[in-house]
Amino acid sequence: MNAARLLATWLLALACSVGTIVAAAPASAAPTAAALPPLSAADQQRADKLAHGLRCLVCQNQTLADSNAPLAHDMRNLIHAQLAEGRSDAQIMRFFEDRYGDFVRYDPPFKPATWLLWLGPFALLALGFWVLLRTLKRRSGARPPLTADERARAARFLDTGS
Amino acid sequence: MLRYLLPLGAFMAMAVFLAMGLSRDPRAVPSAMIDKPAPPIDLPLLQAPAQRLDVQSLRGQVWLLNVWASWCGPCRDELPVLRDVAQRHGIPLYGLNYKDKPEDARDWLARNGNPYVASASDTDGRVGIEYGVYGVPETFVIDGAGRIRYKQLGLITPDIWRTRIQPVIEALQ
Amino acid sequence: MIPEIGLFSLILALLTALAQTILPLVGAATGWQAGLRVARPAAVGQFCLTVLAFGCLAWSFVHNDFSVLYVAGNSHADLPAAYRFAAVWGGHEGSLLLWLLLLTAWTLAVAVFSRRLPLAFAGRVLAVMGGISVGLLLFLLFLSNPFERLMPPAMAGRDLNPLLQDPGMIVHPPMLYMGYVGFSVAFAFAIAALLSGELDALWARWVRPWTLAAWTFLTVGILLGSAWAYYVLGWGGWWFWDPVENASFMPWLAGTALIHSLIVTERRGAFRSWTVLLAICTFSLSILGTFLVRSGVLTSVHAFAVDPGRGLYILAFMTVIVGGSLALYAWRAPTVGLGGGFSLLSRESLLLSNNVVLTVAAGSVLLGTLYPVVLDVLDWGKISIGPPYFEAVFVPLMTPAIFLMGVGPMARWKQADMPDLGRRLRVAFAVSVATAVMLPLAMPGAPRLGSPMIVLGLWLAAWSVASTAAHAAQRLTDGGGQWLRRLGRQPRAWYGMLLAHAGIGIFIAGVTLANGYEVKHELRMELGATQEAGGYQFTFASLAPTTGPNYTAQRAVFPVTRDGKPVVTLYPEKRLYTVQDMALSQADIDSGFTRDLFVALGEPVGDTAWTVRIQVKPFMTWIWTGCLLMALGGLLAAGDKRYRRAQDVAARLPKADAAPSAHAARGGA
Repeated sequence: MNAARLLATWLLALACSVGTIVAAAPASAAPTAAALPPLSAADQQRADKLAHGLRCLVCQNQTLADSNAPLAHDMRNLIHAQLAEGRSDAQIMRFFEDRYGDFVRYDPPFKPATWLLWLGPFALLALGFWVLLRTLKRRSGARPPLTADERARAARFLDTGS
Repeated sequence: MLRYLLPLGAFMAMAVFLAMGLSRDPRAVPSAMIDKPAPPIDLPLLQAPAQRLDVQSLRGQVWLLNVWASWCGPCRDELPVLRDVAQRHGIPLYGLNYKDKPEDARDWLARNGNPYVASASDTDGRVGIEYGVYGVPETFVIDGAGRIRYKQLGLITPDIWRTRIQPVIEALQ
Repeated sequence: MIPEIGLFSLILALLTALAQTILPLVGAATGWQAGLRVARPAAVGQFCLTVLAFGCLAWSFVHNDFSVLYVAGNSHADLPAAYRFAAVWGGHEGSLLLWLLLLTAWTLAVAVFSRRLPLAFAGRVLAVMGGISVGLLLFLLFLSNPFERLMPPAMAGRDLNPLLQDPGMIVHPPMLYMGYVGFSVAFAFAIAALLSGELDALWARWVRPWTLAAWTFLTVGILLGSAWAYYVLGWGGWWFWDPVENASFMPWLAGTALIHSLIVTERRGAFRSWTVLLAICTFSLSILGTFLVRSGVLTSVHAFAVDPGRGLYILAFMTVIVGGSLALYAWRAPTVGLGGGFSLLSRESLLLSNNVVLTVAAGSVLLGTLYPVVLDVLDWGKISIGPPYFEAVFVPLMTPAIFLMGVGPMARWKQADMPDLGRRLRVAFAVSVATAVMLPLAMPGAPRLGSPMIVLGLWLAAWSVASTAAHAAQRLTDGGGQWLRRLGRQPRAWYGMLLAHAGIGIFIAGVTLANGYEVKHELRMELGATQEAGGYQFTFASLAPTTGPNYTAQRAVFPVTRDGKPVVTLYPEKRLYTVQDMALSQADIDSGFTRDLFVALGEPVGDTAWTVRIQVKPFMTWIWTGCLLMALGGLLAAGDKRYRRAQDVAARLPKADAAPSAHAARGGA
């Protein structure tokens, strides 16, 4: 990775971590929130929740809600517009998934490739407890009975107190 | 006993994955639009705002859609390759001017040269979202049936053109 | 000149570390006493040389020597002096040098405090730590040289990342590294035990205070990182399940499991091979964290200079250290022996169940963090795993652990009595359920029952505190006698446990209430406008330009009132750091016992308005308080006098010779 690309990546990461893109961001004619119809309080909460469940593709370490990238701005406005049209949460999620793939969602879909991810922890917990139970039962259970020899030695210790 | 080897085995598996992961780019987002029909671009042309770019009219040929902007540095660097593609290889090259002011875009083309047959003006980025665009430049290869077959992220170098994009186009033709 | 001295010190330190590693190991294996006796002086020498190297780098920073490439890349002449010093660990090379410095410091501490340990054993421990130093030094000297020169020298530096120009950030990395590196002590003890075959209750007693100290530092380090994110980053959040945050959390979870597992091994000599494995895993997770931050395999805000070449070295280093120790474990663990037995319901089994849960939790965080890489490598697509996944998985996993945390201290060793436990805990249980149901009704706003998550969180929090109180009451009053006198006679570790367990409860209460009842507004405010949030009125009174040592800013004035009475005035700023041309929104937060008031500026809209973020977060400070209590608990436990008395016991043991002793076949405590 050459130095220039290194620097660019680093600067992008820094800029995104603060939330302001320094590279000449376009003064775009994106529809501002003011131009869209206002949402009800319940819908505003839905918009917030959706934006927190989606990943910003430019500042990839922020949710759509937190990112100040122009693309994030546009996508938030789209969510707003679609909610005003009456779309459901699932439909809006599908909209972005169709265009940007699974990467844009912060909770991974439940499909064969991610079964291990979603079920793994709980399977591991069950396995861990099963192993623990089995080991405990084995150890607290039968201790080998004393042989006659050991029994005699024990008796000698107890009698003589030494 | 075998169970004592489990931690070592698990670690080695993880190490292998991590080693292979080092050669990957975690930031690259593969396109979700591959093999899907190219969304309509019903936008005014940059140089002739009265006309519109119609994806349907381009059926029957393999063509490229290049997303660019006047504020994008690498876009200027890939112009020579794009010109080469358009002229020497004769592949129709259309542009999507993304989140840009039309005057700035026209000035940029005038200064740097215009390799595109035509550029559509996507000032608010809405069509870009339909295509799954998240950065500039990006380039789409669209086949004769109007489906997106390949997406190249970032600037096209002669090497990338030769090894990745050209084979795709030749296979389609 | 000075940078060259620093580089030379590092080279000498490498030679010393090599001696520290090879000679004692040879000595321990063959009985060659001279080799063993090299260990302690080598540790002292390595520490002094590393201090010298670090001092040279620090001198270069403070005196603005921009002919050193690393200094030029991370500092600036206008940077205030304190930050010029802290900038030493602001980048990859310097932070590695800090890692090394702290490692040699811990090694020195072990060398000094282990005089009562058998020489062969101590030699092996120091040799393992020396081996880790060797790996770090090779990395520093060949791939990450902090003293590399820049010719011609830069005129002015590139400045320290503005995000790091904050007091919290000065202390956060050293604390975190103290924790990471501190776990290498437990690791070294584990390896030495496997090599020598001496693994018993006494070994556990030796290891425990070191592990507790490391755990305390790591707790403080993570706390500082979260607090910094909250106070500086301007988004009101404090934990994002970012890969690098997870990288610090996994060793913490494993370290917690290790501390509790050591209790069982120390008291009853049981589950030794499991404890050894945990000690290896905890330190391995520390190294994995280093790998994740510096290799570029995952995107993260924290990533240092992303360089796959360096990543490959760290991976190789990790393979040698972790792979080697796990191979040693597979070979030697079966000979370690079993220890005392105990029944299905006993303090041991409860502690171990807790261990299982903590380990699975750490494992699931690891799974979630690395899964995207695995899928990408297999070409099965790219996915994102973030807070929704981790919260959905982590909370259900930890719930049994927190429940068991309340039951464990009450249970008897070897065999506990279920009805007896039930009787002792029923009051605590009732109190916690009552709190979970009733507290939401008392929160501001229309009385309503809490959501399931809130009820669960409150129940866990109240259970943690109530069960700890019940245990304290039982210990102090059981069997008669003055409880005050009893209070004075308890070992420090017991107080530590009380504080730490109660701290967890307070932490959970803070998280539940802050997340469940926060009020957030992100909106466009005109100058002079007022916004209501959570019972408080925030007014955007004025905006004026201002300057700092290396930035210019727009400073807003936000008086806050409640029921007409003024509460506080907040001054959020939008700063522009001139050298890096980087904008930073500096939030202003008023932290109180029952709530935090948070205001941050966003972007200007037109000429007279700005987007503003206003938040009211109830009981936010309880999150930090809970963590501090945990850390304090760990500190108290580490200082328990019983560990120092262990030294006398060790002195009475026959001095072990170099070959694996008869201890290997010993069972039982």
